Amino acid sequence: MAALTLYDKLWQRHLVDELSDGSALLYIDRHLLHEVTTPQAFSGLRAAGRKPWRIPANLAVPDHAVPTRKRELGIAGIADKVARKQVEMLSLNCEEFGIPLIELEDARQGIVHVVGPEQGYTLPGMTLVCGDSHTSTHGAFATLAMGIGTSEVEHVLATQTLRTQKQKNMRVVFEGLPGFGVTPKDLILALIGRIGTAGGTGYAVEYSGDAIRNLSMEGRMTICNMSIEAGARAGLIAYDRVTEQFVEGRPHAPVGERLEQARGYWRTLVSDTDAEFHREEYFQVDSLVPQVTWGTSPEMVTGIDGKAPVLSELAPEQRESARRALDYMGLSPGQSLKGVAIDKVFIGSCTNARMEDLRSVANLVKGHKVHRSVQQALIVPGSGQVRLQAEREGLDVIFQDAGFEWRSAGCSMCLGMNDDRLNSGERCASTSNRNFEGRQGKGGRTHLMSPLMAAAAALAGELTDVREI
Amino acid sequence: MEAFKTHTGLVLPFDRSNVDTDAILPKQYLKMLEKTGFGDFLFDDERYLDPGDVEIPVSGRRPDPAFILNQAPYNRGSILLARANFGCGSSREHAVWALKDFGIRVVLASSFGDIFFNNCFNNGVLPVILDESTIDELFELASGMGGLELTVDLEQCHIHTPRTTLRFVVEPGRRENLLSGLDEIGRTLTHSESIRAYEAKRRGLEPWVFD
Repeated sequence: MAALTLYDKLWQRHLVDELSDGSALLYIDRHLLHEVTTPQAFSGLRAAGRKPWRIPANLAVPDHAVPTRKRELGIAGIADKVARKQVEMLSLNCEEFGIPLIELEDARQGIVHVVGPEQGYTLPGMTLVCGDSHTSTHGAFATLAMGIGTSEVEHVLATQTLRTQKQKNMRVVFEGLPGFGVTPKDLILALIGRIGTAGGTGYAVEYSGDAIRNLSMEGRMTICNMSIEAGARAGLIAYDRVTEQFVEGRPHAPVGERLEQARGYWRTLVSDTDAEFHREEYFQVDSLVPQVTWGTSPEMVTGIDGKAPVLSELAPEQRESARRALDYMGLSPGQSLKGVAIDKVFIGSCTNARMEDLRSVANLVKGHKVHRSVQQALIVPGSGQVRLQAEREGLDVIFQDAGFEWRSAGCSMCLGMNDDRLNSGERCASTSNRNFEGRQGKGGRTHLMSPLMAAAAALAGELTDVREI
Repeated sequence: MEAFKTHTGLVLPFDRSNVDTDAILPKQYLKMLEKTGFGDFLFDDERYLDPGDVEIPVSGRRPDPAFILNQAPYNRGSILLARANFGCGSSREHAVWALKDFGIRVVLASSFGDIFFNNCFNNGVLPVILDESTIDELFELASGMGGLELTVDLEQCHIHTPRTTLRFVVEPGRRENLLSGLDEIGRTLTHSESIRAYEAKRRGLEPWVFD
């Protein structure tokens, strides 16, 4: 039999029908829902008189537009009445259609991509979709996970399948030992810098190599999370002992004999040694420098020892977008990134708001103070469970002593749908995933980086090299 | 879904690559609960000089005269012409709803974000991939006085320009769906027996998935 990639195996396992029109009907094991991309899908079901195909396959949690303060008030505490109505609508829709819902007040509430793995709802070998592009996060579990649009949300609810086309295979190999201050975020930003935001379009990307194998599940989720920023709907990492240990004992994970049986299958979730990929990229991570974006696309990235580009040194077709980006970002061509003053710091998002991220920040900021020139430094945990664990470890005290605001879980300033956002012209050191114009607030300027680098920027009041602190 | 067979309209040249869905429809409008009413907010951050939100009427806002959507004749454009990686980023289908509500029926670009590309087909909007030199030529034609009118024929997979006829390729399944305008869910549900048979087989292999 031909050697298969992990993606090929997952595809074959979930194939229901190959359709005469060249597309395929792929079975969907898990479907995560949130308040922003589902109301129109539920309306569609209602209008057509349809019911969800398999109710326990679904799990809903409000995350995008929820406030990160005064959460004890529940939905009533959402000051923005349009957002409040949307969160209420999620509750009403879930009630009407019987969909399991983690409510805003629930201690398990959080960003959907943090909650799924945390609850053992995301398991190896599955297909998982959600109306959110960062669904690629779950690929860290050797699960085929993809972001979908609202029409597809409705389709998955009604049929438990997705009409889709098979992607090509790409492998990205990270080898070596990263130095101090170089994190999974830096690896994925460096990849995006190399292949561009469309480099992975049409591919399922598998990350491998010893630098990936040495990562925790949290680090692997950070890598897979930003696959979409390289254009790939799905990122994948092979199953191993690290996956096994993470999954075991989670609320929705199998136990006893079922677990034994599951492990037997899960251990096959690796690419065959002689499997062929359509494209491969190699990275030696030993000499990698902490990364920071200078522009308005995640591919506009360089090491913290780098400079904003000089336009004449760029390829002619890149000059106009670089000029526009530098103008928007308020940077001069050739300007050193180190030393650029910042106004706000955001540590959070489905990319970087798990325990490992928060512990690394706490280690760095313990006994120090956020620089007086920084107007606001937010730490928004990825879930209620992360928040509780951080408080058990006393991290909240360290953060607040240092001058950070300690908030409740949600997407928050990653996309600024709630009231955590940048004002026009404000510059932010952010651990989120997108630095698009206006992403964190109209006119706001976002520099993407790791939690360590964002924490270092908070202490210095400017972009700085965490290795020098 | 609205069928798409052929469309004749004016080109709206949007000369930029990597246009993300956050730019196409900013976050504050994702709070809306319908699929319609987004057209006034298309490219909102750039289109108006003052900030907007769901409950701020656009009639009271100041359009930026330098922005192409506010310029005649392009404000009547129904064929958006852009460059590489159009619609990258967020999966928000609201971006397509905004384009459609504004009147856009076709998007021409040298490449697209994957999720956006799918979302277009699910809303009767045709995304067409053309090579970069063709896109360059179209930009040149569209910059002339009075703009450029094109006819996009999905049955023949042809685009008629004043000079020539261009061919394009669409995956057959997606083409059929657009031409028929049929409800995809209804079509998939004709495979219900296959789906049930698949579930029964999987349940035997991986019972924990169905617990």
